Amino acid sequence: MREVYGRRDFAIIGELVEPQTRVLDLGCGEGELLAWLKEHKDVDGRGVELTGPRVQKAIARGVSVYQGDLESAVEDYPDRAFDYVILSQTLQETRDPLRVLRGMLRVGRRAIVAFPNFGHYTVRLSTLRSGRAPKTELFPYDWWDSPNIHFFTVLDFEALAQKEHWRVERRIFLHGQRQVKMFPNLLAEIAVFLVTASS
Amino acid sequence: MATTQMVTESASATFEKIELDSGVTLAPVEVAYETYGELNAARSNAILVLHAFSGDAHAAGEGGWWTNMIGPGKAFDTDQYFVICSNVLGGCRGTTGPGSINPERGCPWAMTFPAITISDMVRLQKLLIDHLRIPRLLSVSGGSMGGMQALEWAVAYPDRVASAIPIACTARHSAQQIAFNEVGRQAIMADPDWCGGNYYGGKPPANGLAVARMVGHITYMSDQSMREKFGRRLRTPDQFEVESYLKYRGYKFVDRFDANSYIYITKAMDDFDLTQRGALPTLFERARTRFLLISFSSDWLYPSYQSLEIVSALRSRNADVAYCNLEARYGHDSFLVEVEEQTELVRGFLTSTFKEEARQGIKSRA
Repeated sequence: MREVYGRRDFAIIGELVEPQTRVLDLGCGEGELLAWLKEHKDVDGRGVELTGPRVQKAIARGVSVYQGDLESAVEDYPDRAFDYVILSQTLQETRDPLRVLRGMLRVGRRAIVAFPNFGHYTVRLSTLRSGRAPKTELFPYDWWDSPNIHFFTVLDFEALAQKEHWRVERRIFLHGQRQVKMFPNLLAEIAVFLVTASS
Repeated sequence: MATTQMVTESASATFEKIELDSGVTLAPVEVAYETYGELNAARSNAILVLHAFSGDAHAAGEGGWWTNMIGPGKAFDTDQYFVICSNVLGGCRGTTGPGSINPERGCPWAMTFPAITISDMVRLQKLLIDHLRIPRLLSVSGGSMGGMQALEWAVAYPDRVASAIPIACTARHSAQQIAFNEVGRQAIMADPDWCGGNYYGGKPPANGLAVARMVGHITYMSDQSMREKFGRRLRTPDQFEVESYLKYRGYKFVDRFDANSYIYITKAMDDFDLTQRGALPTLFERARTRFLLISFSSDWLYPSYQSLEIVSALRSRNADVAYCNLEARYGHDSFLVEVEEQTELVRGFLTSTFKEEARQGIKSRA
């Protein structure tokens, strides 16, 4: 599988986004994905990023990025302002993930959420073996300096989608360079969901 | 870094008249301006740079107020863009202001000069841009009062500006900003040499104007930058370094600035309030302009919340806006001195705007 800026989730998201659409990328970092989408899909993109030097890099790249906290930023946009709202590898770092997801589905017709799967077998084994907070390639942090404050699995996300009556249009699971077709909750390192609010 | 020689032109244009917000017609009106670089054949690479309160048309080249930002290979790259800067209406550096001769009476206007506003300043700039036959500006940009003018451009002439870069500015002056300006005005008017504004041909109110400028300089710096620059160092046994600096800057200002212009222009800044014309999101409804707003962490005169107010309004309209609050230590002066980071932002923003404009142009011709 091809990578975008060394990020597998970017490659997947790049394929999910239709050309000439309006895209909001929450936690957009240095704007690599938005720049790629602009170049290859001719999207009208916006980004939100908190860290100053990343915002500077993104703007220098020509991407329209707003420096601010994504959790409050998503509240400011009008309803249905975007075709896609992207949250890549950040949901587990937000204080109020449900509020973020609801906000995404208010301002966007579709939400694309990529997250590391806490149900991956290496994570389970790590905890079983050590009896301590998991530390794996996927979650390399010590518990006391981890940016991740919510841990959830593929099944957890599916359950939430059902509870909130969201329609999952696409689900893509990744392990290394490969797509995972079976037992995603056990074998997927990264999950990418394309979700709409069922009307 | 490019080493190209920058094509520079210094000129002035006279227009028959200008209608002011106050209802008064000023006739004729003269505007001093400079240009840097060359206008391309499509007339699509023009950038209007807007000076702050005490600036003038001389933005680039030796001694220019934004010379570190405008030139070959710089943020406003004159190898690519045609940069224009004019002195504001009410100014004293070649554009009609209170020190100009009132043609009806054959003597300087002084305090009989009509009240002016930020939108009057922009209306005069618009006459100049029409005169230069530029259908659409690639960008309007400036810091402080220049930023207010950039906002005014985007609100008043949304179809004429592809992008705006308002830096360290506000949609309306706060009580604190008005207060500092009022101290400056009172200092001038308390000087016996002011003579109700009729000092032309005689002795100008040098002490009052110098004090006004000293107050201004304090507000442009930050506690940190003042500590670093002066500390408690002594210049002479009975004078601190900071005292000497302020006096030097204050009295130097008298040589190049007219006290009545100080009064008129600070009033225009204080009266500026975009929200009087409607809620900000409604005002920006017609804006098809791309925005880049920049504020500075140590700027307490134009704090970042004022930029954020504008950015929030633009975002609520889903306008194309980029915003960055740069970590900077020099207070409000940062927009003149923190060049490196601004250059990175402005260059990237202009490049992508220019590309997008060219694309839209091709689309609309197809």
